Amino acid sequence: MDNTQKIIPAEERQLKNHITTRQVIHDSLVMAYRAIRKMRRNPEQFSDVTIQPIIFTLMFTYIFGGAIAGNVHNYLPIIIPGILAMTVLTTSLVTGVQIREDMDKGVFNRFRSMPMSRIAPLAGALLADVIRYGIATILTLLMGYILGWRPGGGFEYLVIGALLTVLVAWCISWIFAFIGMIARTSASVQGIAFLVLFPLTFLSNAFIPVKTLPGWLQAFVKVNPISHLVSAVRELANQGIIGHDFWYCLLGAAIIVAIFAPLTVRAYMRKA
Amino acid sequence: MEKLTHSNLAVDARKLVKIFGDNRAVDGVDLQVPEGSIYGVLGPNGAGKTTTINILATLLNADGGTAKIFGHDVRKEAQVVRQLIGLTGQSASVDENLSATENLIIFSRLLGFNRKAAKKKATELLEKFNLTEAAKRPLAKFSGGMRRRLDLAASLIAQPPLIFLDEPTTGLDPRTRNQMWETIRELVSTGSTVLLTTQYLDEADQLADRIAVIDRGKVVAEGTPNELKTSVGLATLQLRIARQKDVENTLEVVGKILKTNAQYIEPMLITAPMADPERVTDLLMELRKANIRLAEVSVQKPTLDEVFLTITGHDTKEKVKELDNG
Repeated sequence: MDNTQKIIPAEERQLKNHITTRQVIHDSLVMAYRAIRKMRRNPEQFSDVTIQPIIFTLMFTYIFGGAIAGNVHNYLPIIIPGILAMTVLTTSLVTGVQIREDMDKGVFNRFRSMPMSRIAPLAGALLADVIRYGIATILTLLMGYILGWRPGGGFEYLVIGALLTVLVAWCISWIFAFIGMIARTSASVQGIAFLVLFPLTFLSNAFIPVKTLPGWLQAFVKVNPISHLVSAVRELANQGIIGHDFWYCLLGAAIIVAIFAPLTVRAYMRKA
Repeated sequence: MEKLTHSNLAVDARKLVKIFGDNRAVDGVDLQVPEGSIYGVLGPNGAGKTTTINILATLLNADGGTAKIFGHDVRKEAQVVRQLIGLTGQSASVDENLSATENLIIFSRLLGFNRKAAKKKATELLEKFNLTEAAKRPLAKFSGGMRRRLDLAASLIAQPPLIFLDEPTTGLDPRTRNQMWETIRELVSTGSTVLLTTQYLDEADQLADRIAVIDRGKVVAEGTPNELKTSVGLATLQLRIARQKDVENTLEVVGKILKTNAQYIEPMLITAPMADPERVTDLLMELRKANIRLAEVSVQKPTLDEVFLTITGHDTKEKVKELDNG
């Protein structure tokens, strides 16, 4: 069948040396599809968005609940938005590691030798990860509900809070994607990323009332974007308010993308 | 006239240089691959074969020199070049975590096939490469041979006129290797040009119309397999005799018939360079006449080691050792 089919000689082919925007979008979507297929093939890679939210929620609620809020029930409105922020942040870290692992593999050489959009593998991976943030968000909120949390803001505001979380996670994933590009190995990506992740999550208002902290630490906690995310989600979910923190959050996320997206793309293109 | 010679060359690389740190991985490589041929690049590990292929396949930018694929500059017209080539890398360039079908569909989609055409193409290629049964299994369960076949299949989706095969049979068992050779020959019969790298003289000999021997980033010899082998030297005849007392007699007979210096290598083993296989018949008859009993007769072809020893003055093992130390 195919053996008899002659190959069209190079000089008789229609060739072009540029890539259209349409092709960029198409290729990015195909790469996102690829990432989703890979997730489905390796459910264990999902542990960070499935098991982690469940364990974090149970653990932190019962460890800190009594000490900080008197009892578990009173702690839930405080801790669930905090865990939500922490979970999606950890998830966005994985993005950086996975992009790097992908780039170090043989299959990446094939992508690079194909007449496809250069940026598509990065764009596709980032796009597909929105699904992971979504799953992590829903599971954390669900865990909160099971433990007895009844957000007072109503369902609509809870959805806005969830969407805000996914959006911020996506924006922050650019930081980890950048670390992924510049680190020497995918293992070191994880190391460096945790150095960023831990201060961001624990030096925030995610688990504790800020008033209990020494003054110098309060100063950091107040500028920490994660604190703003946590406060914004708390206000949305518990009171149904779109407050200052909501807008700070969007601004902070936009600044992160404005800085790290160009850096990442530049580092990526140099490698790709 | 100029234009004609250009269009007849699938690959035209001149004085390619690639430096990693203080290692000149590719150090002035010239390659001219005629359209429609199989061209072999032969060399040991670390000679610069893969780096050269990566430059030609637009994965790496050269630090010096120029390379053209069907007359298109790999740097200035990278996107055009990518439409003309297929690359089968040394480390399998397919996705370990996906099935064979998924891999082929994704590559097809990226090459501009629509959903339906991509599916059709995947089925067609899986059938052609005998992978239909394993199509849905994740690649982790694939044998080395199956993986290579899938890899090659993926390179053929767009039916490119030039295919790069980086060590296509390294690590394969002899049967799978023969299948791979057959597939490569078929490819060329449909009009493709193939540039392959190999560590085995045997493989280059079997497949290639022309061979470039590459060492320490330089092309040290170039020509048809026959030209190359002649330049390397002759095959060696090895005679293992059955009785120790025949040594002297054997040496004398071999010297007389083959007209060369036979050597007594180890107990019972005598070797001699063999220029004309016809003479071996005479030699064996003469040995019978002299009542010399043989335990074993064999012919040793020149090996890559010998090619290297002859052409470069150092052998491949030495090279490997150097690399390990460096």
